Amino acid sequence: MATLGAVTRFLRRFSALSINPLRVCIVGSGPAGFYTAEKVLKTQEAAQVDVIDRLPTPFGLVRSGVAPDHPETKIVVNQFSRVARHERCSFLGNITLGSAISLPELRELYHVVVLAYGAESDRTLGIPGEDLSGIHSAREFVWWYNGHPDYKNMDPDLINTHTAVILGQGNVALDVARILLRPTEELATTDIAEHALTALRRSSIRKVYLVGRRGPAQAACTAKELREILGIKDLHIHIQESDLLKSPADEEELKNNRIHRRVYELLSKAATTKASLPVGDHRELHFTFFRKPDRFLESEDRPGHVSRVHLEKTCLKGDESGKQIAVGTGEFEDLKCEMVLKSIGYKSVPVDGLPFDHRRGVVPNVRGRVISESSGDSAALEPGLYVCGWLKRGPTGIIGTNLQCAEETVSSISEDLEKGLLQPSAQKPGRDGLLQLLDDRNVRVVPFSGWERIDSEERRFGSLRNKPREKLASWDELLKACSD
Amino acid sequence: MSMLEAAHENDIELEGACEGSLACSTCHVIVMDMQYYNKLEDPTDEENDMLDLAFGLTDTSRLGCQVIATPELDGIRLAIPAATRNFAVDGYVPKPH
Repeated sequence: MATLGAVTRFLRRFSALSINPLRVCIVGSGPAGFYTAEKVLKTQEAAQVDVIDRLPTPFGLVRSGVAPDHPETKIVVNQFSRVARHERCSFLGNITLGSAISLPELRELYHVVVLAYGAESDRTLGIPGEDLSGIHSAREFVWWYNGHPDYKNMDPDLINTHTAVILGQGNVALDVARILLRPTEELATTDIAEHALTALRRSSIRKVYLVGRRGPAQAACTAKELREILGIKDLHIHIQESDLLKSPADEEELKNNRIHRRVYELLSKAATTKASLPVGDHRELHFTFFRKPDRFLESEDRPGHVSRVHLEKTCLKGDESGKQIAVGTGEFEDLKCEMVLKSIGYKSVPVDGLPFDHRRGVVPNVRGRVISESSGDSAALEPGLYVCGWLKRGPTGIIGTNLQCAEETVSSISEDLEKGLLQPSAQKPGRDGLLQLLDDRNVRVVPFSGWERIDSEERRFGSLRNKPREKLASWDELLKACSD
Repeated sequence: MSMLEAAHENDIELEGACEGSLACSTCHVIVMDMQYYNKLEDPTDEENDMLDLAFGLTDTSRLGCQVIATPELDGIRLAIPAATRNFAVDGYVPKPH
């Protein structure tokens, strides 16, 4: 007697003759999107997978987030490109969910929709002065130096800035500090956007602060990035030895956490390495611990522009779960600066028709299955709707974190398919339906071959300047290049 | 030849996002026998930095791209960390790819 499993496997093999393939749309072509696409293609023999993105270029933060001086981290695009070129997969760029097409419309066209569009906004501090000019989120600054077409004209003022304060001590904070402090001749042979390289060459910034609310035992960066910034040529590192004193709670935390232990050791070594006294033109990097921002103060000479960050000193107290949190002590001090970069976390953006947890900034889900906006009783699920990546887990982790995330989401999809929850026998228009609808709306879809033309142009321009690529950083240039 | 390359040559699914550049931890493998682990050269700082981030790190973990085959390692057994803890549903077994 055939088991349900065996019958389903037979039917799946039967449908591999493509009478009625499972049609899957993945929104977002970064690591979450592509790892999901790869796993769907592997586990569902006849599935047709479309990966859509609002940009004409794929790869999400691998292209627009990873720092220009970290080219090895971008090698994963080779794997993603192989997925995009798979015969049952299509990359379709220049399609914005929520404007070119709505979520309900996508759900009509496909059996399965997986939202993997990440987090394109920022956590805010919610303190006075936050909207003064000269204050940016790290996300915007990173997009600017990586040539994201939405930020080409950001024009951060690096000429009239001597001191930059970065709030946050995670890897993104270290990235932006490093880009501000690295000798520009080292950046000149990377894929940094030309407009950013030009601005950095004219930069007057000589001092950068990396400010954290807690101590060195809690710093969120990791050893590789810390080691790298501590090793920058002609850079003086300032860490106060008194900040390195460890409480019993710190010792306990470090005992159980290899990452934090190795970071603490690096910071400790850097604090005690007394190099020669600061030399004239050398730049300075200050690790400032136990300070949280209270307000931003406006300049008197430059109305509307930031001139100081008012910081409150903190101390650590254990909360109910045993975790140490920073508590204000009522003592304050100011840091004079002309630019602030907030690196305190990204945040996802909701779309119409999508249940959303505004407090946490994620889509409520159970192992990747989207939970309906319910009236209070036990969680009902949105059929055929899934999430993966930062939209599912929050904006943490590295590229590789999405491997497990995608595996979980795809195994939920497989389970639901086995249980008959996804109506695989229903005919869905899929890719053809999507392209027809977009054509009716005059939306110009960019296929993977369009990206390949952009890629080729960028590498060609890059080779003229001894760079791996010269990024096309405007919408016009990108759209023109993909059709030539 | 590294263990990562050997895995790919033998159709074993071991991820290698950065293709052996010491810029990720996706080729993380667990050396199953301590005597073989001890035969390996200590990991460099760079490898340890990546191991910090590896899923399911153990005391005998290494990056597959950094373990190079030598006659001395003949018989070494490597485990690939389980990515999902709960894969089996109603006896469903994922097809080998």
